[in-house]
Amino acid sequence: MSIKTEQTSKTAPSREHTIWWRVGQDFLASRPASVALGVLALIVLAALLAPWIAIQNPYDLMQIDVLDARLRPGSLSSEGSRTYWLGTDGQGRDLYSAIVYGLRISMAVGIGSAVIAGVIGTLVGLLAAYAGASVDAALMRLVDLLLSFPTILMALMILAWMGKGVGNVVLTLVLIEWSYYARTARGQALVEARRDYVEAARGQGLSSWRIAVGHVLPNCLPPLMVIAALQVARAITLEATLSFLGLGVPITEPSLGLLISNGYQYMLSNEYWISFFPGIALLATIMAINLVGDQLRDVFNPRLQR
Amino acid sequence: MTVFSHEPYLLEVRDLCTGFDTREGELRAVEGVSLTLGRGKVLGIVGESGSGKSVTGFSIMGLIDPPGRITSGQVLFKGLDLTQLPPPALRALRGDRITMIFQDPSGTLNPVLRVDVQMTEAVHAHRKVSKEQARKLASDALSLMGISSPDERLRAYPHQLSGGMRQRVAIAIAMLHGPDLIIADEPTTALDVSIQAQILSEVQKLVHERGTSLIWISHDLSVVAGLADDIAVMYAGRIVEYGPVDDVLDRPQHPYTQGLIGSLPSANRRGQRLRQIPGMAPSFLKMPSGCAFAPRCGRAQATCSEQMPQLAPLCDQPSHSVRCFYPGAAA
Repeated sequence: MSIKTEQTSKTAPSREHTIWWRVGQDFLASRPASVALGVLALIVLAALLAPWIAIQNPYDLMQIDVLDARLRPGSLSSEGSRTYWLGTDGQGRDLYSAIVYGLRISMAVGIGSAVIAGVIGTLVGLLAAYAGASVDAALMRLVDLLLSFPTILMALMILAWMGKGVGNVVLTLVLIEWSYYARTARGQALVEARRDYVEAARGQGLSSWRIAVGHVLPNCLPPLMVIAALQVARAITLEATLSFLGLGVPITEPSLGLLISNGYQYMLSNEYWISFFPGIALLATIMAINLVGDQLRDVFNPRLQR
Repeated sequence: MTVFSHEPYLLEVRDLCTGFDTREGELRAVEGVSLTLGRGKVLGIVGESGSGKSVTGFSIMGLIDPPGRITSGQVLFKGLDLTQLPPPALRALRGDRITMIFQDPSGTLNPVLRVDVQMTEAVHAHRKVSKEQARKLASDALSLMGISSPDERLRAYPHQLSGGMRQRVAIAIAMLHGPDLIIADEPTTALDVSIQAQILSEVQKLVHERGTSLIWISHDLSVVAGLADDIAVMYAGRIVEYGPVDDVLDRPQHPYTQGLIGSLPSANRRGQRLRQIPGMAPSFLKMPSGCAFAPRCGRAQATCSEQMPQLAPLCDQPSHSVRCFYPGAAA
């Protein structure tokens, strides 16, 4: 660690080095991870700018022409005004626009559920680490129960009970995912609570609450951020799976999973593009997030530090 | 309160016992320690690792965590028994009137928080002042510790500072509120000798200027010799010799103290073999009956392994006491 710091300060002695700056340097040292970060940035940008870069609003039924259904990639629309570069689906939606909008939903669901689950799980984990043996045991057995349950089965049960919709999908994912954060946050907090700076903070007369939130929590964040990155990918996959199974987002507002599902029935009639292009988009997104998450894990892992 | 209102001592520890519950039974890490410390005085507690010197310091601070606990005894600070104080009241004293400096400065500063965040937090823990005032106090405390360009140091993260600088920051945090008592647990052990000397002299200067009392816990007799007014030598959880530093070092009465002094390298015994104390410190779980030092002691007699000697004042020097049946100058 100290050797590393010396090296960075040699390369740019005048810069003020924060810990995050060093993390950034280490992250960009890997080319695949840098490329993945770039791809991810493009995907996020596309999702954010969907209304401006799409050629139609795929959720607006007025803009969709059924006569354009199942056109091959590169075809002109029936009135000849635009080109469907990635083809159209069974309802005549432009696939490029549908993918960009679908990414928006997938990313929102993935990031939203990861952030909410992260906050809840981290607080539960800290509570378990601090509140004493009985609370700890109760919370951790609940976490064990959740982790031992097949994810997809539980998601299906919750969604079957609550009904479809973007909000319910996010809620389901949060209910499943918080346990991952809780377990990691608890373990990390237990380790950090034994560190000298906690003893020193107590010696300064700070309250336990202050120490837990102000001192222990920031030191627990790196592994939790890695989990969050990987959980975004997991949430997107799970949402796609649920939508594919018909229990996710409504059919009028397709996410990537639902687009794949919709195209599935045309696969055998050689109309591959309806499933293929959303599939590629999903694959690229998941891969980019996982590569970024893996690199984050390496950067934050003190044992792997060069 | 009325009983102790004329108390001349800032700190008086009476028969302090601290134990840890383990699977093998209770482990008595500190056994019947009594100390007194006047205002502006420096007390050195010396002993080898596991002698209970750090546990004594932590007990005074009220920082003993389960499975450990103070089983009996009193810690009177300005006449107030800290062992009976409710946690919030104790917390109000901690970091304000009584502060602590720890051994390893790289561990005691939070690695992810900037120095200014940690210092202003320490200010706000005991004083209601604005952010700017807290920052000013922090910066003043740093310059007091001989840190040049304190504002630049405030913006740094702990890992950007050297070991000596980190310990200065830690001491500055301990000095922030002008405490009455500082407990320093081997604060210079992790530093190299030249930095150690600088920090020692700065601490000494500050303590003298401000009339702060100091408990300096160390295994290094030579550090304590130059700093302390009184010295307590601990062995296996008990004080074996206690008195004014010059008296204890000039005519040590306990064979363990003599052994410690004899094992210091010194210029006027150049070329001679360093004397070492034979044997090992006993395990807390397998304490010998009688005097804990008897198995390693050259002058032990049958009584020594049967009874525990009392800490008794010397006839000619009542402020100097020793726990030995056969006290006296080295043979």
